[in-house]
Amino acid sequence: MQYSVRKFDAVIVGAGGAGLRAAIQLSEAGFKTAVLTKVFPTRSHTVAAQGGVAASLGNSEEDHWHWHMYDTVKGSDWLGDQDAIEFMCRKANEVVVELEHYGMPFDRLDNGKIYQRPFGGHMSNFGEKPVRRSCAAADRTGHAMLHAMYQRNIKVNTQFFVEWQALDLVRDAEGDVMGVTAMDMETGEIVVFHAKATIFATGGAGRIYYSSTNAFINTGDGVGMAARAGIPLEDMEFWQFHPTGVAGAGVLITEGVRGEGGILRNSDGERFMERYAPNAKDLASRDVVSRAMTTEINEGRGCGPNKDFVLLDITHLPPETIMKRLPGIHEIGIQFAGVDCLKEPLPVVPTCHYQMGGIPTNYLGQVVVPKGGNQSEPVHGFYAAGECACASVHGANRLGTNSLLDLLVFGKSAGETAVNDLRANVKSHKPLAQEAIDRTLARVVRLNNQKDGADVHETRLAMQRTMQKHAGVFRFKDMLAEGVARIDEIAGQVAQTQIKDKSMVFNTARIEALELDNLIEVAKATIVSANARTESRGAHVRDDAVDCPETPDGRDDKNWLKHTLWYREGNRLDYKPVQMKPMSVDTIELKKRAY
Amino acid sequence: MAEDRRARINRLKWHCRRALLELDLVFDRFWERYEDTLDAQGEKVLESLLELEDHDLWALVSGRDATDDPQLAAMIERLREVSPMANFE
Ligand SMILES: Cc1cc2nc3c(=O)[nH]c(=O)nc-3n(C[C@H](O)[C@H](O)[C@H](O)COP(=O)(O)OP(=O)(O)OC[C@H]3O[C@@H](n4cnc5c(N)ncnc54)[C@H](O)[C@@H]3O)c2cc1C
Repeated sequence: MQYSVRKFDAVIVGAGGAGLRAAIQLSEAGFKTAVLTKVFPTRSHTVAAQGGVAASLGNSEEDHWHWHMYDTVKGSDWLGDQDAIEFMCRKANEVVVELEHYGMPFDRLDNGKIYQRPFGGHMSNFGEKPVRRSCAAADRTGHAMLHAMYQRNIKVNTQFFVEWQALDLVRDAEGDVMGVTAMDMETGEIVVFHAKATIFATGGAGRIYYSSTNAFINTGDGVGMAARAGIPLEDMEFWQFHPTGVAGAGVLITEGVRGEGGILRNSDGERFMERYAPNAKDLASRDVVSRAMTTEINEGRGCGPNKDFVLLDITHLPPETIMKRLPGIHEIGIQFAGVDCLKEPLPVVPTCHYQMGGIPTNYLGQVVVPKGGNQSEPVHGFYAAGECACASVHGANRLGTNSLLDLLVFGKSAGETAVNDLRANVKSHKPLAQEAIDRTLARVVRLNNQKDGADVHETRLAMQRTMQKHAGVFRFKDMLAEGVARIDEIAGQVAQTQIKDKSMVFNTARIEALELDNLIEVAKATIVSANARTESRGAHVRDDAVDCPETPDGRDDKNWLKHTLWYREGNRLDYKPVQMKPMSVDTIELKKRAY
Repeated sequence: MAEDRRARINRLKWHCRRALLELDLVFDRFWERYEDTLDAQGEKVLESLLELEDHDLWALVSGRDATDDPQLAAMIERLREVSPMANFE
């Protein structure tokens, strides 16, 4: 199989928020920078983000980065690295103001300053009361952000390769990275992007689950590529579930619906949240509501022919309120559940929303791996940011609006570190590792020639259903163990997928088969890591983790205050300590996480 | 000729990969139903619809917004008509 080589100073895979932010840094510094993306930049999944981006600007009331840091550490259930969290919260104002200068149309106060609104988990004065910290641009924050940054990139001559699919990392025997292999979707041609710096910003892998709020494009390509190249994946057992995705479709129904008085009911019509959270009821935090829903379903009180969802009821609200205060919900019900929510309740299930783990990085955006006694040795030439990376600022649970912040801060950081490395250390291109290129070619040839293989759609569905059932919002010892075996079996089928369409131009069957190669790595990492972690922490909740004074809510700091590292080779696990020491302030000491 | 059509349809299909899950789901059903029968005119209309920003496109498909262009409106109707089914697999 033929391929050609193109040389750049830097190659960035991904043109969502993280990739675009990193690219600005490199292009502004005058480096020849290529950005590869599967879809047009402003169709990246960041567009879906509406809630806003967190920054303690204090425009409406007093706020402080230290309070934001406290909230983030607590939200992470103490699994977040406190140096990275301090770094992110301190940098927040700077990156938001920069964005403003790139032309981001933030909502404004009368005095012209950026308007800020409250968001779950963000508090003032170390957890005292809610604070207005989220900056938004109407309900199109992510979209406006991408536009502003895309325009900026055009100005500074970033070179975009739109509708290109990166296939594999090119990493040599010493562990250094010198670019990626990629396919031009338009022609099917394979090109090696030879670079001195490679940055991954490929977003999350929410499509490993059957029920997911993520668009189809979120297939964890960067995470899969890193795993195949021998990079361990960090904390992959931690996935945030949103309580109310439309059953069967995944489409997100905002918290606002329960805020306006929506009630969750089981098959008996009971308002079951009264039993689980007598005070907050349906407005309890995401993880509490999701777990309660799962318990109802597991105990046979789910609705529908398969008893596999619960109902979100707003039929008691005045239709005017629904149409005015919750625009779009009515239409979502009709389109995706076949239900008129003015007359009938909506079927909902806890739905995968956000990937907390990913490619291990430090706060500089460098990818780090254990090597020769050092737990976090930077991989030469390799950086990552955004949802595909694990800095780790979200730890076991992410706060809303912190991921748009994550991608701005660490996108910039990764770009800046790459610029410094290119200026100081890396003057020339390291020769390409032929072996790594051959592995990609072999993978594509295998797929093209496979006979009597597995169907891509069916295999993906089997994986998604297994993940949903065995490693969903509430986890059980036996189910996890069974799930590990089942996913292993499915991985065997993924290695033998077959496509009928062998054409070259935009062969979506081939693209999806190659995406599945990545999804399965994420699924394996998730279920193996979850199976091993026998405590409950943040979004990882196990039925067999005991709630007692030593391990409150099942959280076992003595044995499990550590990051998981999953290696593809041998399906092996390792662990590394959590960075409890911030950069300048005192450690935020362990406490029970209660709101 | 058949080769050409396949290439064009494949390209359109990829352009239906959007940032919003809502649209992915709608297009998924659309292709299931119309892949074999979409004519050249339909391809053209769909292509211009796909030029829109995702939020604007969803506003049209979800009926919160409307278009004056009769051809676009007809295509939007087709997208709406295939969607109201809960079984998205
Ligand atoms: C419905 C929804 C609402 C949300 N709301 C908020 C919110 O209000 N606030 C908040 O902070 N967070 C929110 N989030 C989370 C947040 O949107 C994401 O975490 C974030 O946008 C991810 O950005 P990213 O730059 O890492 O990746 P993405 O924006 O997903 O971009 C990934 C990029 O990588 C490219 N890519 C991937 N694989 C390849 C490949 N193989 N080759 C080439 N290119 C590739 C894609 O084309 C794309 O350009 C929300 C998430 C969802 C699902």
